[in-house]
Amino acid sequence: MTVLLAAVTALLFACGAWLLMQRRLTRIIIGIGLLGHGANLLLVTAGGKAGRPPIVASDGSTDLATLSDPLPQALALTAIVITFGVTAFLLALGYRSWQITSDDMVEDDLEDRFLERRRAIDGPEGAVDDGDPTTSELEVGEGS
Amino acid sequence: MAAGVMTTGIQGVVALPIVLPLLGAAAGVVFGAWRQVQRAITLVTLVSVLGVSIALLIEADSTGYVVQSAGGWAAPLGIVLVVDRLAGIMLVVSAIVLLAVAVYAIGQAGEERQRVAFHPLYLVLAAGVSASFITGDLFNLFVAFEMMLAASYVLITLGGRPDQIRSGMSYVVISLVASTLFISALALLYAATGTVNMADLSQRLGEVSPELRTGFSLLLLVVFGIKAGLFPLFFWLPDSYPTASGPVTAIFAGLLTKVGVYAIIRTQTLLFEPGETMGTVLLWVAGATMVVGVIGAIAQDDMKRILAFHIISQIGYMILGLGLFTVAGIAGAVFYVIHHIVVKTALFLVAGLVDRRAGSARLSEVGGLVRSAPVISALFLIPALSLAGLPPFSGFLAKFALVDAGIEGRSWWIVATSLVVGLFTLFSMTKIWTGVFWGEADEAPGREPVVTDRLGSPLLMLVGTLALVGVSIAFSIAAGSLYELSERAAEDLLDPGRYVVAVLGERP
Repeated sequence: MTVLLAAVTALLFACGAWLLMQRRLTRIIIGIGLLGHGANLLLVTAGGKAGRPPIVASDGSTDLATLSDPLPQALALTAIVITFGVTAFLLALGYRSWQITSDDMVEDDLEDRFLERRRAIDGPEGAVDDGDPTTSELEVGEGS
Repeated sequence: MAAGVMTTGIQGVVALPIVLPLLGAAAGVVFGAWRQVQRAITLVTLVSVLGVSIALLIEADSTGYVVQSAGGWAAPLGIVLVVDRLAGIMLVVSAIVLLAVAVYAIGQAGEERQRVAFHPLYLVLAAGVSASFITGDLFNLFVAFEMMLAASYVLITLGGRPDQIRSGMSYVVISLVASTLFISALALLYAATGTVNMADLSQRLGEVSPELRTGFSLLLLVVFGIKAGLFPLFFWLPDSYPTASGPVTAIFAGLLTKVGVYAIIRTQTLLFEPGETMGTVLLWVAGATMVVGVIGAIAQDDMKRILAFHIISQIGYMILGLGLFTVAGIAGAVFYVIHHIVVKTALFLVAGLVDRRAGSARLSEVGGLVRSAPVISALFLIPALSLAGLPPFSGFLAKFALVDAGIEGRSWWIVATSLVVGLFTLFSMTKIWTGVFWGEADEAPGREPVVTDRLGSPLLMLVGTLALVGVSIAFSIAAGSLYELSERAAEDLLDPGRYVVAVLGERP
């Protein structure tokens, strides 16, 4: 059972990492969610063998050696709450981004676009620089 | 001397730097409709935190460690709060910076006035920063980081502008990946040792195999390296910090990365035996961070982005000191951290003043401020020269301490690298000076410069900046005793046994 949990953790990490590399915000957010699940599962697995009873076993024994360790479960609970809250914020951010650009692609960095624009202006023949594009020029109408 | 035996009464206030800002944040939400009350709450809270922090530092410096077990549960079962000399210094410096930036934010017509959430978020951030310094429990450190980061996610995107959303998104995603790695590291550490209490970990990690220990050490270095902006994990920093509003950028630049550095110093000295291998790794990382950061700074055209790249190269200096693993090296690193927090925040506050005065912070769009706004120019010059490491400012003393420690440790190449990087730092500061303050006063196209009074800026913004510049000058004047304090902190750090005894009581 522990091996199965470890395998599921690995799978969640792999899928999460793959989704994180995508260009679409929705996929990135799902990827973050999967990564969070993987980490939480790892935390629970750290508590010892799977299938052990919490607090009291079914035969009424309270032998500490046979019970599951409650601390990692408490830690996982805390981590789940935090992941949940931050994912909600991330979704709100993604929605706001969609409102602004009506697309959920991750945009290029502003400074990268500056460099690209400058390269285009300077050109191979080194044309006269008729003023750098200003921040305001680039902010307006950079929809996609 | 077991924990709890010392009955000076100071332990009762250990939690206050965390509790007070959280209470203030709650009160700030309740009084959201009354801006003046919100402001008063924030200022009163931060002043009280500063007072408590100073008291804790004095107590920690005289007794070594102030330990409190939350809820009376003794370590390693309960959560402990520990203030040693390093944590005390960090608490005091962060409280000073938070207070000055709060004053600045109140003076600025911006998000502080438009958004009800600003003050509560700012206080939650303060609580998270304090908690990261105080906690003696690794999982609690994760919670403190999340508290700080959750507030920072909202603060960085508070304006809701397209560029803020874009760079805020990458900031949040990168931070979340780091948090996920942190949880994974905690899970693996717990599986290997069965504890997350730092003092307990320090002992039990001695029993696991050295290979595993190196693995944990590197994993935690990556986790905190992302937050601190170490090479090669720094790429998100210059992209995201400059887009937030002036005071928010300043507090992020000054404090947040340094919380990462603090966590690196704490974990690498307390949990893992300082070894030759780890020292070499840290020195290489430090060298690469310094060089890449300063080269990035030279290439930029925006004042805030130049300063943001400087953070990275300066982080390299701090890790250099740690990587030497000597008292002189770590003392230099601690001194560098406190100098850097104050000076960097001051510089970003000045960048905010320039942005407000000239309508832009781009070197190609602004100029001639030395004539039109001499006060701002003077406020820039002092921290800029200090950051570049010119005598007699605190930056010179910090760099001198590190170089001296490097020579003592016979790490010639890192000493040479740090000196060359210092030269380039000076060069990029000169670039800002000639671009923004000298030259023709050209207006940013399409933007109206803000019409201002004689001083060039609102009074409170100047007061906030001036306070930090004053503190940085005070650091250079009191450098002797400050360095001795850093040395004492470094001695504690290099002898983790003291920390273990203070937290767990007398145990073999």
